[in-house]
Amino acid sequence: MGYTIFYLCLIVLFPLLTLPIRSYDLGWEAFWTTVTDERVVASYRLSVGAALAAAAINAVFGLVVAWVLTRYRFPGQRIFDALIDLPFALPTAVAGITLTTLYAPNGWIGRHLEAYGVKVAFTPLGITLALVFIGLPFVVRTVQPVIDDLDLEIEEAASSLGASRWQILTKVVVPYLFPAWLTGFALAFARSVGEYGSVVFIAGNMPMRTEITPLLIITQLEQYDYARATAIAVVMLLISFTLLLVINGMQSWASRRLST
Amino acid sequence: MSGGSLTRRARTSGRIPHLSEPRWLRWTLTGVALGFLVLFLFVPLAAVFTEALRLGFGAYVRAVRQPEALSALRLTLLAAAIAVPLNLVFGVSAGWAIAKFDFRGKNVLLTLIDLPFAVSPVIAGMIFVLLFGRQGWFGPWVTEHDIRIVFAIPGIVLATVFVSFPFVAREIIPVMQAMGREEEEAARVLGANGFQTFLRVTLPNIKWGLLYGVLLCNARAMGEFGAVSVVSGKIRGETNTLPLHVEILYNEYQFQAAFAAASLLAGLALVTLVLKVLVEQRVQRTLAAQATMGAQGEG
Repeated sequence: MGYTIFYLCLIVLFPLLTLPIRSYDLGWEAFWTTVTDERVVASYRLSVGAALAAAAINAVFGLVVAWVLTRYRFPGQRIFDALIDLPFALPTAVAGITLTTLYAPNGWIGRHLEAYGVKVAFTPLGITLALVFIGLPFVVRTVQPVIDDLDLEIEEAASSLGASRWQILTKVVVPYLFPAWLTGFALAFARSVGEYGSVVFIAGNMPMRTEITPLLIITQLEQYDYARATAIAVVMLLISFTLLLVINGMQSWASRRLST
Repeated sequence: MSGGSLTRRARTSGRIPHLSEPRWLRWTLTGVALGFLVLFLFVPLAAVFTEALRLGFGAYVRAVRQPEALSALRLTLLAAAIAVPLNLVFGVSAGWAIAKFDFRGKNVLLTLIDLPFAVSPVIAGMIFVLLFGRQGWFGPWVTEHDIRIVFAIPGIVLATVFVSFPFVAREIIPVMQAMGREEEEAARVLGANGFQTFLRVTLPNIKWGLLYGVLLCNARAMGEFGAVSVVSGKIRGETNTLPLHVEILYNEYQFQAAFAAASLLAGLALVTLVLKVLVEQRVQRTLAAQATMGAQGEG
């Protein structure tokens, strides 16, 4: 017990506390100028916007994938099911270079998109694509166990009372899945906001256009401008911390809803 | 993150749906889902290996056997070999504290354990630079004693420990909570000491959950990129891990060599996935066996 808290403090809390303290040294005015700089604000907009878009895409497709994998039977199902966790297991740098190679203008997929004038690599679209890859398992793996737990008897009861399949899905299934679905969305979003490895390769990293916030932090660090890096990091930390609280709140809301 | 997925998914038994959507909708949904998975999972995975072998098998072997690649591989294994046991011990002790004792602030503790999941990897690396770097709090002390942490191996290990911190704890806490306390209490009443109780009663119950956590923890520890790239300084042959080596080769336009190194990491990811499926099957079988035994006992 004591050890748990000691190790937690040593590895996580104490190091993280250096961020707000170091940024305090900077002074309020310098902090504010740094974090509201035009280039920095553009990077927040990109990081948050691309993460939201990716989480939304994952929410839609993740729900379909989770439903198909739990409810239907088809050949190769177990392989598909096992591969869902690939983005967790595959190092982000590998994902990054692979997606870039695939979607570059001369890549396997990029070549065909280029013919229609769609550019993916080195645009915000490419960043979103990498984040879809990274966030894919979150929605599927949070929704899947809930679909599994959903008793068929409830659907049978609804059906015997004369509900159509469509009514059952919208009035029984969807409300039941909603909390888990929302949690999966939030988890994917939280992971994507801070993601670095898979994005830097495909982003192109042009200031104001395709420069994500984590990359901006690294740029400041490489110039030994620790004060500015710290200030931007504190803003990111606040965003992640808020998201974490929201997720935990949603999870306890979901478990309360399911237990009634 | 994937907390408790093991216990919940273990309950799955092949349920045959007799209430379902019309056939055309089933086919459409399956098509959409599989298309999405093929595009986002199969194609990239195939691309890694195709690109790695593009110049033939000989070139592949040469790229993998470069001294820099080998030393990067060694460092990656070393970092994981330190980070995983540390986080394993932490995970078990955190699971024990949370499942077997009642205290205030339990939810706060759970949230704090999740913190490294939510923090951007770049920030995870940066905090160690702020602590031990030249301008850091312990910077002067570290220089005085001639210890190198940032831009050296200890920094890489610290960053790896940080990012892989919650994995074992997250898997083990729900398993231990589901297990309850009665068995341990019985062992204690029968005269076993704390260590015997843990070894004979707790460990057999949590071993699969533990293995699952270790797998996830190890995958993250070996594959970490963002956090490690901030603290490493990227000195070739010295502080380069395998993911960083991939990046350097890629940025030097040595694509084939980059993908060769990447294919090692992708292979590792595949091994992780296979082991994970095996652990899941094992848990399902144990639970099924327990269920039949329970049914016989009642009958």
